[in-house]
Amino acid sequence: MDAATIGHMLNTAFVFSTALILAALGGILSERSGVVNIGLEGLMTAGAFAAAVAAYKAQEAGYGGASPWIGVIAGAIFGVLFALIHAVATITFRADQVVSGIVINFIAGGSTLYLVKLLFEGAGETSLVNEVFHKVKIPLLSDIPIIGDGIFNAYPTTYLALILVGAIYYMLYKTAFGLRLRSVGEHPSAADTVGIKVLRMRYAAVLLSGVLAGIGGATIAMTTTGSFSHNTISGQGFIALAAVIFGKWNPLGAMGAALFFGFAQSINNVLQLFDFSSHVPSEFIYMLPYVLTILVLVGAVGRSRAPGALGEPYYQGKR
Amino acid sequence: MNKLIKAFTKDSAIVPLVAILLGLIVGAIIMLIGGYDPILAYRSLLDTVFGNRYDFGETLTAITPILFTGLAVAFAFRTGLFNIGAEGQYIMGMTGATVIGVTMNLPWYIHAPLAVVVGALVGGVWGMIAGYLKAARGVNEVITTIMLNWIALHLANYIVRRFLLEPGKGRSYMVDDSASVAIGWLSRFMDDARMHWGMVVALLGVIFFYYFLWRTKQGFELRVVGSNPDAANYAGISVNKGVVKAMFISGALAGLAGVFQVLGVFHNQVISAGHTGHGFDGIAVALLGGNNPLGVLLGAILFGVLSYGAAGVSFGADVPPEIIRIVIGSVIFFVAAPGIIRWLLKRVSGKKRKEEAI
Repeated sequence: MDAATIGHMLNTAFVFSTALILAALGGILSERSGVVNIGLEGLMTAGAFAAAVAAYKAQEAGYGGASPWIGVIAGAIFGVLFALIHAVATITFRADQVVSGIVINFIAGGSTLYLVKLLFEGAGETSLVNEVFHKVKIPLLSDIPIIGDGIFNAYPTTYLALILVGAIYYMLYKTAFGLRLRSVGEHPSAADTVGIKVLRMRYAAVLLSGVLAGIGGATIAMTTTGSFSHNTISGQGFIALAAVIFGKWNPLGAMGAALFFGFAQSINNVLQLFDFSSHVPSEFIYMLPYVLTILVLVGAVGRSRAPGALGEPYYQGKR
Repeated sequence: MNKLIKAFTKDSAIVPLVAILLGLIVGAIIMLIGGYDPILAYRSLLDTVFGNRYDFGETLTAITPILFTGLAVAFAFRTGLFNIGAEGQYIMGMTGATVIGVTMNLPWYIHAPLAVVVGALVGGVWGMIAGYLKAARGVNEVITTIMLNWIALHLANYIVRRFLLEPGKGRSYMVDDSASVAIGWLSRFMDDARMHWGMVVALLGVIFFYYFLWRTKQGFELRVVGSNPDAANYAGISVNKGVVKAMFISGALAGLAGVFQVLGVFHNQVISAGHTGHGFDGIAVALLGGNNPLGVLLGAILFGVLSYGAAGVSFGADVPPEIIRIVIGSVIFFVAAPGIIRWLLKRVSGKKRKEEAI
């Protein structure tokens, strides 16, 4: 295998990982505040749908190169809308967080396809957007062998995702907001005692998770597919959830996990050229993220600890 | 029987009924916004299901798998476990039955029962993995069952592609006729709807569910584990054993859903890119049925009718059939957040009841 192939593999890995990183960051914020979010899949679906539609309309209206960015913003907005349902149900009405997440997946899948058929005269897919993101070469850095081709020649959304990893890491561990967010997820009643608005913090975290997962879904529509249909998002939300746990609820860890899963995916794509798949069936590579997650949980690949109050609704006034 | 009757009086019966009503209203509002006629849509839905013998038979066939997965999820719930893995157990059960049905050649009175039993066992073992991980390592079953769903999907695809594939087709060889559980005379009577013994076994499953949990010592122990693990421990009931056992039975029930789909409906297994959704529908059915056997049966009927009727909604009223997913999703939402319904009921009735202490 030569350097060009490795560079290419790395490059594909980043393409696959971008959406996973963004959605996993969303999952971390929500779960760190104590709200389980298995609705990531649905939030990504909502984001991908909104992006495909908004970018298409923007392109029609003559916005040109700005269209995919408009798509990303629309994705974030739709992600928030669905996250709001989750927040109201679980935080205000204290519904079971897992069930609410399942409902989000259910409703997001149904309503987006319903809207697609409504907006595109019965078609099962949105019209193809031509104005999608293109890869951006970073001068000088992209001349480095292997890494240059692998990392510094990526979609703008990939750079955005990497920047957000740093930003959210900083926010969680170096700012008062982050400390409060983590404290309501670890020990809400203690946080309440010192005057932190537990419910308000959780709302903020869940809505932010909608923004991030929505953008994550949007990146798939705006880079890989250029449209939205029933299988644009097929399990990435659950892989992102796996990345949250595999990454031990830490942004850097989740990024590592997402990159690893993306890399496994790209090995699968690239190595089919080398007849590697006759030795290791592709199905086993698809399974990898899920198997690894279970191994992490079992403690075979290092212990991880979930936020203390994860999954517990908070009752104001309960001490 | 007292328990069953009690489940349908008081609060517990009102919440699902209001939830269904609200779900249908949400669907109607969305259809109105989209410029469709909701009355026509719901009427077409009912016309589709009850319009002729074939569609009625197919509706029964559609109810069968979600009755099984609904029972599976509810059974685990009763032991305090949230089995989101019915989907994976369904797939593994189906795969087990397909392997027996395709590769073996036996007289029918051995072949079909063997395929059913093996499928149920494989589904049960798949469920037991999550139970074991919870019992032995304290791993939350919600996450493991989600992960096991995806592992099952790819593992089943691998088994079909590697060992059972009919060349040139994206599916396994056809299951041998001797392993079929179809009921020929009933299918002919129902204008060739795909009738099979699964419905009968599923109804037996409803009875088993009730009898096992409320009439046997083992079932009692499982319920104690579910409602108060500490008390169970104190009384000398092994919580860990209970968890593993409950997940096995739950997995076997979900496995049977897949078994009868392949032996009674499809007669082959396809390489699938995604999940069928029967397992996830089972969660909805269990929630709607209040984890009661009779409730689950009613829930499965409701969901089967809605899902099968969805085709009619698009046919008769030109509404995208996905509207039914929204309706079902809303119903689960309202069932899951009973607080919303109580809040609404209070607004509607205007009664100023004292807030119950929570």
